[in-house]
Amino acid sequence: MTAEAIIAAIAPAMPGASYAALASSDAAVTPTIGVPREHLVATCRALQAPGLEFVAFSDVTAVDFHPNRSPRFDLVYHLVSPHRRARLRLKVGIHAQESIETLTKLYPGAGWPERELYDLFGIVFDGHEDLRRLMMPDDWDGHPLRKDYPVQLRKDAQTYMPLQVTEEEFKANLERDRYQRGQPSAAGKK
Amino acid sequence: MADLRTETMTVNMGPQHPSTHGVLRLVLELDGETVVSVSPTVGFLHTGIEKTAEQKKWQQVIPLVERMDYLGAQSNSLAFCLSVEKMLGITEQMPQRVNDIRVLIAELQRISSHLVWFGTHAMEVGAITGLLYALREREQVMNLNELMAGFRFFPSYIRVGGLREDLPRGFKAAVKSFIDRFPGKLDEYETLITKNPIWLDRTRGVGVISYEDCCKWGLFGPIARAAGGDYDVRRAFPYIGYDTYEFDVIGASNGDVYDRYLTRVAEMRESAKIIQQALARIPDYGPWAVNDKRIVPPPKDQVYTEMEALIQHFLIYSQGFKVPAGDAYVPVEGPRGEHGCYVVSDGTNRPWRVHMRAPGLFACQAMHKFVVGGMIADVIAVIGSLDVVMGDVDR
Repeated sequence: MTAEAIIAAIAPAMPGASYAALASSDAAVTPTIGVPREHLVATCRALQAPGLEFVAFSDVTAVDFHPNRSPRFDLVYHLVSPHRRARLRLKVGIHAQESIETLTKLYPGAGWPERELYDLFGIVFDGHEDLRRLMMPDDWDGHPLRKDYPVQLRKDAQTYMPLQVTEEEFKANLERDRYQRGQPSAAGKK
Repeated sequence: MADLRTETMTVNMGPQHPSTHGVLRLVLELDGETVVSVSPTVGFLHTGIEKTAEQKKWQQVIPLVERMDYLGAQSNSLAFCLSVEKMLGITEQMPQRVNDIRVLIAELQRISSHLVWFGTHAMEVGAITGLLYALREREQVMNLNELMAGFRFFPSYIRVGGLREDLPRGFKAAVKSFIDRFPGKLDEYETLITKNPIWLDRTRGVGVISYEDCCKWGLFGPIARAAGGDYDVRRAFPYIGYDTYEFDVIGASNGDVYDRYLTRVAEMRESAKIIQQALARIPDYGPWAVNDKRIVPPPKDQVYTEMEALIQHFLIYSQGFKVPAGDAYVPVEGPRGEHGCYVVSDGTNRPWRVHMRAPGLFACQAMHKFVVGGMIADVIAVIGSLDVVMGDVDR
């Protein structure tokens, strides 16, 4: 099924949405459709309907085109119809400030990949139940897979206690420890 | 007794738990021994390979992606190379011999990965002997890797444009002697485990998932086929000539741990059948790469004697090659399900974006579908049956 045929099949269910059949080198297996940001969820619902049956979720990822292109990110969804042996790629262009509705209501499997995109690209998914970082630590700054994030980054190890103490601090710690251990017996004498 | 106060207990399993396959951390909420909720935490093995790959030349990415799913290493490089070759437009020109060798390698890799799964899964459920048997056979696959490429774990033998070099002398005979005996070894494993009453008690009806849930949660491969699906990328979207091979897509219907076990063991038998067919097809002599001077370095004897070949050699090793702008995703059937590399090029000699679809990520994500409502001891059996590799999950 070509991209044009799929667009024609979902067009009755989606009045007013404008799709674009995009060219790609693997179009024989995976046709590509450009979808407007606001119509993504409704489009996926139409794609799940009988006749198309893109019921299986393969993947979602993002591409950062900074600084070459104005809608900075492309979100790339891969859907599969295991029964019909068909694949489909949806591309949604979004700006850095924009957010997009989550697909987890239709495909619960989109949950973690969307968390990964939030973590590594900083893309916000509206309505996601658990939008936390997935790969990086929770207190990390920045989104590493963005093109303006440096490849080499020097960061000092963060600890909650100093790793190396001076000799004076060591002695003080030892004294304090001895004093604290001595306390109960001193209290017991009283 | 009626006013006894009970509360759930939170137990932290991992990231250093011996049976969580690396660094998977599960926060389990328990009511007695029953699992009430599970919260998997991943990312401990995140190495930023996708970011690093954007700095490398196309051919240099291959060793990196092989380190993602480290048990099915050559499944990664195959997925990456097929996507890049699709963009280069050389998929059709690929010699038949290269495709058959790639099929052979991919199936050997599947056997090797499933053997590790078999051994560790059996050990975690209590059958320690299985591990010793499985590692014995896996060692032979590693030896074949070593013979083929000089590396045992990450051979980097599949390259963009074909293979690194021709198969060594005696390789086919070595594979033949291994694969002739392998189905008999599988019989040995099965006498140990398949009808073992302890094994049946531990695995039957445990960690059940339906096929509809598999589709929605992005679970493909053996997990979905054990639940009644028949989606196999080798059949659904044939690549490297899988449509010309005779093999069965093995499935089961219950979707529990035991059926996943049966599916994978039967898959190893099918892989052995495919390898036999590939061995019969691969001629002893022939091309090992596509005939395209832009991508494949010229043979060494030409480099030493011809000016043009020397220049070409220098160009490829210093600047690499350029890939036309565009994107491609070629799905392959990895040991853990649909594997694939989404690659974007901006027309230069370095990738703009490399993204690997990680089957393990989806298996970890759907963990609660398998374990909630079951016993805490079943969590171990479920993790083993999902066959997650944390290098693949965290990338």
